[in-house]
Amino acid sequence: MPAVSKGDGMRGLAVFISDIRNCKSKEAEIKRINKELANIRSKFKGDKALDGYSKKKYVCKLLFIFLLGHDIDFGHMEAVNLLSSNKYTEKQIGYLFISVLVNSNSELIRLINNAIKNDLSSRNPTFMCLALHCIANVGSREMAEAFASEIPRILVAGDTMDSVKQSAALCLLRLYKTSPDLVLMGEWTSRVVHLLNDQHMGVVTAAISLITCLSQKNPDEFKTCVSLAVSRLSRIVSSASTDLQDYTYYFVPAPWLSCKLLRLLQCYPPPEDGAVKGRLVECLETILNKAQEPPKSKKVQHSNAKNAILFEAISLIIHYDSEPNLLVRACNQLGQFLQHRETNLRYLALESMCTLASSEFSHEAVKTHIETVINALKTERDVSVRQRAADLLYAMCDRSNAKQIVAEMLSYLETADYSIREEMVLKVAILAEKYAVDYSWYVDTILNLIRIAGDYVSEEVWYRVIQIVINRDDVQGYAAKTVFEALQAPACHENMVKVGGYILGEFGNLIAGDPRSSPLVQFNLLHSKFHLCSVPTRALLLSAYIKFINLFPETKATIQEVLRCDSQIRNSDVELQQRAVEYLKLSSIASTDVLATVLEEMPPFPERESSILAKLKKKKGPGTVSVTDLEDSKREGGELNGGGERGPDTAAMASSNASTPSPSADLLGIRSAAPVGAAPASAGSLLVDVFSEAGPAAPSAAVNEDGFLRDLEQPTETCDSLLVEGSGDSDSAPPSEDPAPPLPEADELLNKFVCKNNGVLFENQLLQIGIKSEYRQNLGRMYLFYGNKTSVQFASFTTTVSYPGELQSHILFVQSCSCMFRNQYTSDNWDTACYSTSPIFAH
Amino acid sequence: MQFMLLFSRQGKLRLQKWYVPLSDKERKKISRDLVQTILARKPKMCSFLEWRDLKIVYKRYASLYFCCAVEDQDNELITLEIIHRYVELLDKYFGSVCELDIIFNFEKAYFILDEFLLGGEAQETSKKNVLKAIEQADLLQEEAEVPRSVLEEIGLT
Repeated sequence: MPAVSKGDGMRGLAVFISDIRNCKSKEAEIKRINKELANIRSKFKGDKALDGYSKKKYVCKLLFIFLLGHDIDFGHMEAVNLLSSNKYTEKQIGYLFISVLVNSNSELIRLINNAIKNDLSSRNPTFMCLALHCIANVGSREMAEAFASEIPRILVAGDTMDSVKQSAALCLLRLYKTSPDLVLMGEWTSRVVHLLNDQHMGVVTAAISLITCLSQKNPDEFKTCVSLAVSRLSRIVSSASTDLQDYTYYFVPAPWLSCKLLRLLQCYPPPEDGAVKGRLVECLETILNKAQEPPKSKKVQHSNAKNAILFEAISLIIHYDSEPNLLVRACNQLGQFLQHRETNLRYLALESMCTLASSEFSHEAVKTHIETVINALKTERDVSVRQRAADLLYAMCDRSNAKQIVAEMLSYLETADYSIREEMVLKVAILAEKYAVDYSWYVDTILNLIRIAGDYVSEEVWYRVIQIVINRDDVQGYAAKTVFEALQAPACHENMVKVGGYILGEFGNLIAGDPRSSPLVQFNLLHSKFHLCSVPTRALLLSAYIKFINLFPETKATIQEVLRCDSQIRNSDVELQQRAVEYLKLSSIASTDVLATVLEEMPPFPERESSILAKLKKKKGPGTVSVTDLEDSKREGGELNGGGERGPDTAAMASSNASTPSPSADLLGIRSAAPVGAAPASAGSLLVDVFSEAGPAAPSAAVNEDGFLRDLEQPTETCDSLLVEGSGDSDSAPPSEDPAPPLPEADELLNKFVCKNNGVLFENQLLQIGIKSEYRQNLGRMYLFYGNKTSVQFASFTTTVSYPGELQSHILFVQSCSCMFRNQYTSDNWDTACYSTSPIFAH
Repeated sequence: MQFMLLFSRQGKLRLQKWYVPLSDKERKKISRDLVQTILARKPKMCSFLEWRDLKIVYKRYASLYFCCAVEDQDNELITLEIIHRYVELLDKYFGSVCELDIIFNFEKAYFILDEFLLGGEAQETSKKNVLKAIEQADLLQEEAEVPRSVLEEIGLT
């Protein structure tokens, strides 16, 4: 029944709300609202001071309009005025307004804090509660600053009323969450913990939330709460349902309090004290027992409350992970829930079992339910339940059931929600790799993954399969054959083409004997997909082609024809064009020996951690349970992937490793030095190793001073594009204010720097200026070195570098201290080098 | 708890209580998205779902959806009962509460919620105590009203 309820009616408000509800259209509603806003505005501005009731009414209307979704930009002052009223309802509305429409005007904040302070010290419990509620609702830093010291005092004071204590506890919690540095518990710690023994259950309920949060941050200071919590819990659990009266909820004694106590205990390891531990274990057993008893009420509230306690108890048992019989009992209980009528319970059981699966005591017990879980995966109607089932399968996977689980997950993947596919793909990839006894099964699985969910197969996954194939001789032939067959499908995913291209390029010779997969057939197969692929894939295919020329000389002519055609050598993409041109040239001029050396089979990758795990962790967040944690202790040597979890930022690694030297530089570079993480030649930057944690650090642009000085060429050129002022003035040097005229070849000298990074920029009788620069992608660094050619020291040597206007924003100019230095002609070495400027610019 | 939303089957927000600091814009966006997600769910589906990095617990009572967002480690079943307890409180206070009650007395709904939950945590779980607190407040209200109307009756203000 609408409208007037108890107390005051605020008729005007009810009428206004009715009007809004009767508006037939959005425009009408907006019109009505604007009308009201104008009315309220004029009333607020009006000469006549509004009485409390009207103010309250208008502020409430504004609040309503705001909650409808419209912006309100006035009324705060009036709301703050209401706070100082003595009338409870006016205060109440004022507080509600400012809690909902938080304003950062400092003047208002000061007034609000003042009003709150008055209410807190008013000794009127209702007013105090209002003030505390407001602080808890807003929880701003300013409030924390003003009240963080006051509230603990209220909380533990003997004369504070219970209801105020409750509000104070949770208010303090909110302030602690938002401004932990301002809430100093120090002297209050023991008394706050003591609240656990309070007579009033409401106070205990509120205080526990506070203590739980504080314990998480300062476990040592609050550890006395553990025994108190245990005794409280056991009193509740063993109480009859009539004992707790008001706090019994549908025949369940104090469910909220029980859950909170169990949560608090999860902040600590199992109690060391034998008596306390014994009591706690007894408690947990009682809870587990009660779950088996027939329900006292048919109402779902009863079972929910009872099960809430049960699930929290199970969480605690899992957290402790030290009582095998409790763990097994918990597992069995959850197993029962897996087939419960209620979807909620099935969902929660699946969720809890996931955490249970990682405990060594119960892992086996969890595995016994595999059929039920697989069934759930197939038959549950609710997608969130299915997802939980998939998570559980992942968690319970080990060597004995890996094949079965991976098969089930693959078939689930075919119909899975798009939003979860990427995660599923990563999981299947991890499982396949971890538990592969027979690597051909692994290859099959990954290729299936690509076939089913190609779009969601991230790079880490297919890089990994290639790494593994390259490292394991026994699976190379199988991989080549399987990939060949997979490519024959009419519509195959681009990732499949990438994998196929790479593998055939490396190992196509292993299946070339069979006429169905002869070299020319392989080439045609790959090339038939060429035009459907994106640029990086095409780049990979071009590399595969040059490898073919090496492997199968009979295909040389055909492939060269392809490389020669305009769409390759004049391709608009620089990378493709370069590859086509260079591969073509390479195939024409290189002797077979050279070609064979250059395109020799890829050496095995060094063992390293799988980055797929890192990616999965990143996706799921820090709370992920990892199968591999469990497996670590059981890992055999010699497996390719590591068990540990690492979290290098693979993107950063990729970008730092992906330099852009030309393919020809790579081909030669990789033979002479194969550092971990160097870009493998044939695939160019595609197969850049993104896995290595120990990869090269981001390219260091540090200058090798000695190297530079050795690099300096004989001074023969100068350049006048840099304005260098003030050089050469020294006391006893031959007087010359101006630099000597630049040497005649000035203009051509600058051209030299188109191809060279280092060299002499300018020279005259007094001074030599050299440049050393280096560039990586879009960043560059340039050093200018000034050499004194005279026999005396320069004094007051300063330099200025200026550059045209548009470059200004791109250049970071760093000036290091200069020091005097000697002439290279009077002594054999440069005593100290002077580097005065090094503009670092981005282009 | 991070926030609680009450909304109708048409997606109109009837109550929104935020326990974490978020800008207005973010709140609107979250409300919109979450309301859509929940309205899209079928009746027999379970009451829990994962949304962004939160767990959502929701239940429908007549024409209103009650929806809470809790953190990963929170207990879903007990949150479901928090919702139920809140509905019981509203029911006792308004007498057979319906959506209209909450629309026309929205400020009361907020007051009741504040007595029950504070800062996202259950403050007082005894139904009797919460209702007692609200009633006391109402009494104060009526006391305040009386002098006013008497004066008015006499015609002095």
